[in-house]
This record gives sequence, C-alpha cells and structure tokens, in this order.
Amino acid sequence: MQKSGLSAFLARRGQALSRIWQQYGGLDLFRNIGERTLNTVSRLGRATLFLYETVVGMTYLVPRFSLVVQQVFNVGVLTLLIILVSGLFVGMVLALQGYNTLVTFGAEESLGLVVALTLLRELGPVVTALLFAGRAGSALTAEIGLMKATEQLAGMEMMAVNPIKRVIAPRFLAGVIAMPLLATMFSAVGVFGGHLIGVGLVGLDSGSYWSQMQSGVDFYDDILNGLMKSVVFGFTVSWIAVFEGYDAVPTSEGVSRATNHTVVYSSLAVLALDFILTSLTLGEV
Amino acid sequence: MIPENNNLDSVVDIKDLTFRYGSRVIVDKLSLTIPRGKVVAIMGGSGCGKTTLLNLIGGRIKPDSGTLLVDGQSVPDLSKSELFDLRKRMGMLFQTGALLTDLSLFENVAFPIREHTQLPEAILRKVVLMKLERVGLRGAWRLMPSELSGGMARRAALARAIALEPMMIMYDEPFTGLDPISKGVIAKLIKELNEVLGITSIVVSHDVADTCAISDYAYLMGEGRIIGEGLPSEVQQSKSEHVRQFMEGLPDGPVPYQYPAPDYVEDLLTGDAS
Repeated sequence: MQKSGLSAFLARRGQALSRIWQQYGGLDLFRNIGERTLNTVSRLGRATLFLYETVVGMTYLVPRFSLVVQQVFNVGVLTLLIILVSGLFVGMVLALQGYNTLVTFGAEESLGLVVALTLLRELGPVVTALLFAGRAGSALTAEIGLMKATEQLAGMEMMAVNPIKRVIAPRFLAGVIAMPLLATMFSAVGVFGGHLIGVGLVGLDSGSYWSQMQSGVDFYDDILNGLMKSVVFGFTVSWIAVFEGYDAVPTSEGVSRATNHTVVYSSLAVLALDFILTSLTLGEV
Repeated sequence: MIPENNNLDSVVDIKDLTFRYGSRVIVDKLSLTIPRGKVVAIMGGSGCGKTTLLNLIGGRIKPDSGTLLVDGQSVPDLSKSELFDLRKRMGMLFQTGALLTDLSLFENVAFPIREHTQLPEAILRKVVLMKLERVGLRGAWRLMPSELSGGMARRAALARAIALEPMMIMYDEPFTGLDPISKGVIAKLIKELNEVLGITSIVVSHDVADTCAISDYAYLMGEGRIIGEGLPSEVQQSKSEHVRQFMEGLPDGPVPYQYPAPDYVEDLLTGDAS
C-alpha cells in the first residue's frame, strides 16, 4: 500500500513536471539558450573583424585628415556643453560633500586635494564616458544605421568606395581622440567648481586649496592614469557605437534598437572596465 | 575609360546562376546575356529576384553556383581590389537614389571623382557641372539632397552614376514612385546616355509600358528564372500564360493570388493562430 502510494505520488509529481516542461517549451528552452549563445559569439567575432578592418582602414585617412577633424567636431565639440555643465556641478557637489565629511576630522584644508583626486582618477573619465555614450555614441549609431537603411553605404560600395574606410574609420578615430580631451575638460571644470564652493561659499583659504592639490596630485599615478582610462573608454564606446550602427537591421525598429544597445552596452562596458583598470593601477601602487 | 575587352559583344554573361538565402532559392539556374551598348530590360513581379540579380552582378553577394562574367571577368572570383576596380566601370542607380545626405548635390556628384582621381579643383568643377547639365540640374548644384524632389534626387543620383564614365549602368526600379513627367525625364535620360555615351544599360523594373518603350531587349523573370525573353514587342505579344499575366497585370494566373495557405474552412474552425 505504502509503496503504491509513493509511486502514485511520484507519478503525479512527474506529470506536473512534464506539464511545466511543456509549458516552457521543453527542449526549446535549451535550443534558445544555445542559439543565443552562438549568436552572441558570432557577433563578437564580427565585431572584432570589423575593428580590425577599421584600424587597418585608417591608412586611408592619412591624406584625408579633414574627415577626422570634421568628426571630432561632431562627436567632440558638440558634446562639450553637456560635459562642461556636468563637470561644473559634479565638482560643486564634490566640494560640498567633501567639506561636510572633512570638517568632522578637521581636515577641511585638504578639500582641493580630495576634489582633484576624485575627478582625475574616477569621476572625470567615467562620467564623461557615460555622457559621451549617451550624446555622441547614440548619435553615431543612429547616423550610421540610417545611412545603411537608406542604401547610402551600399551606394558607396557600388562606387568602389569602402564605407568602413570612408564612414566608419574617421568616426571611430574621432571618438578615440575626443574622449580624453573631454574628460580632461570635465576634470578641469570640476576642480574650478570645487573652488567656487570651497573658497567662494564655504570660505576656505584659496592658497591651501591649490597648494594641497599641487603637492598631493601625482602626474603619473593620477593624471596619466585617468587619461589612460579615458582613452580606453573612448576606444570602447566608439567601437560599440560604430559597430552597432553598421550591424543594425536596416529598418526603423532596427536602428532604434541599435541606438539603445549602444547606450546600454557602452555604459556597462565603461563601468566594468573602470573596475578592472582601477584594480590594476591600485595593485601597482 | 576604355574597357579592356572591347571586342566582346556582351558585357554581362550569366550561365546557370543559383543563389540561395537560407533554404530559399532566390535565383534559380538563371542564364542571360546583356549585349554591349544596348538597353536591356529585366522585368518581373516584386520579390522575383530582380534586385538580387543586380547585387550579384555588382558583386555585393556571391552566388552559390554558376558562372557570372562582367566584361570577361568572373565576378565571384575577383579579389576585393579587383572588384573595386571593376565597380569603377559600373554605375548603379538605387531605387532611393542613395545620395549622401550630408553632402550637397555638387559634392555628391564630385564624390566618386574625388575618391578615385586627383583632378585639380578647377577641372573637377567643370566635370561636375557637365554631369549635372546632362541631367538638367546644373542650377541646383548648391542644394542638399533633402531639398530635392523624388525625381530630382534620382536624376542627381544618375549624374553621380555617370561621373566616372562607366561602361554600364544598372538601374534598380528607376520609375518607381515618380510622377509621369519625372518618369518621362528618366526614360529619356536612360535612352540618351545609352545613345550618346554608348553606355550599356540594365533596367530592372516592374513598370511594363515605360520600360518596354526604351529597351532594345527584354527579359521576364519569375521565381528566380527567366520565363520569357525577346524584343519588347515580341514579349508583349507572347502567348505564354506567365508572360500574359505579368504584361496585362492579371491578379490571378500562374502566379497565384493567394499566398500558400491551409484549407480556408479548416483554418477558421481550428481557431489556433500560433
């Protein structure tokens, strides 16, 4: 009796399991996982080949450097306003928060140093990269995706002009050039914003704000490391942006999805890379 | 530019060409010849593989089997640089015009010349204005593509296609979406470029009357194959059911009106849309 009760119980459970299995598509579940994995891997492969072709294609730009300058204007100068305003406010908030904490330890004289280090090492490169992905990256993806959808890239190919050299390479290079410049300006304006609050509002001594900064900030460990980060971020965000545009499904929905991907993937990549780069540089010290 | 194989009497030679997209056969053992210096029409319904055929000729996609010669060169076997060299001698007019939207009309026509030659600016200007004059748009050189009407955009794209003086131009649906006047202008231009410059023209279209009026020879495509060919007048008088249906625009015939579907009553009664 007991045995048959157990087997009946198991049979019922088995049926329930099989219903759930059917409901979620049975083997389809695994098939979907497999398909998605394969798609992701092949897309990464395509992105790598695409990057290779772009970098090799840069020789084309040597006699046509004006194309790069024009794109530096598009992705750099047009992003400047949002970078400067954000930098100013981030610097001001840093000074307020920093002062509040430092004053409890009687270390408010170090405010300049705290603001400068935070900006140069972390917030400058990271916040600039996030804003850059949102402003310039999405614009690049949408532009290239629409050029594909309106057959402009195909038309170029038929005129024996390689669109990777003519369209992609200058935009990618411009992104890599513009990012460190923007991050530097972000940090500079941030330091100025910190001075506005620390000296202007709170009434710290201007001399100690600057001199603490001067003695505490190291050129290699702080400035150069931050600059290196911004180059890496610029490279990553530009790569994602141009690839998403070039690989977009040439419809309005496809372009909108590609633009979306650019912002999401760039932001995640920047944050993940920031952790890796920071742990590498701090490990060195 | 002088074609290398001037003595060949055909520009495009296709034999048993097959192209598959996934498991679907788009071009099915197709054979055709485009004689040099003629206007050849390739007509067929939407989705019969006409545009795919142009992409195959232009080397943008590779066929699965068969031979495809353009000016004596086997397009699928060319390296990228050889293909680009060949493309400098082929023009293509896209359905949308495909003008570069960030460049003015002048710069659009100058684009292929700037990319492939080192002409001084003064000569370049003269060449571009001559191309624009050919299509009647010299006065509009300053305009941006967004300021052009559909017909003007296509004429501008045509000026760009002839910028490098190609031996052949492929027109992808040149009449679609144009008003009667613009259609007439494009038809006149295709004919003129063919007669004056000796450019071989391949006109892919589903516009029977306009296309037949300007072409020297016509192919009719259906389901990836050639289903009829001959002089335009012959094709128009063909007895073949396929050809009749297309030329007269009959809704039902060898090409069925219905997309393949299960039995109607059964479909309505089962009520399962997934």
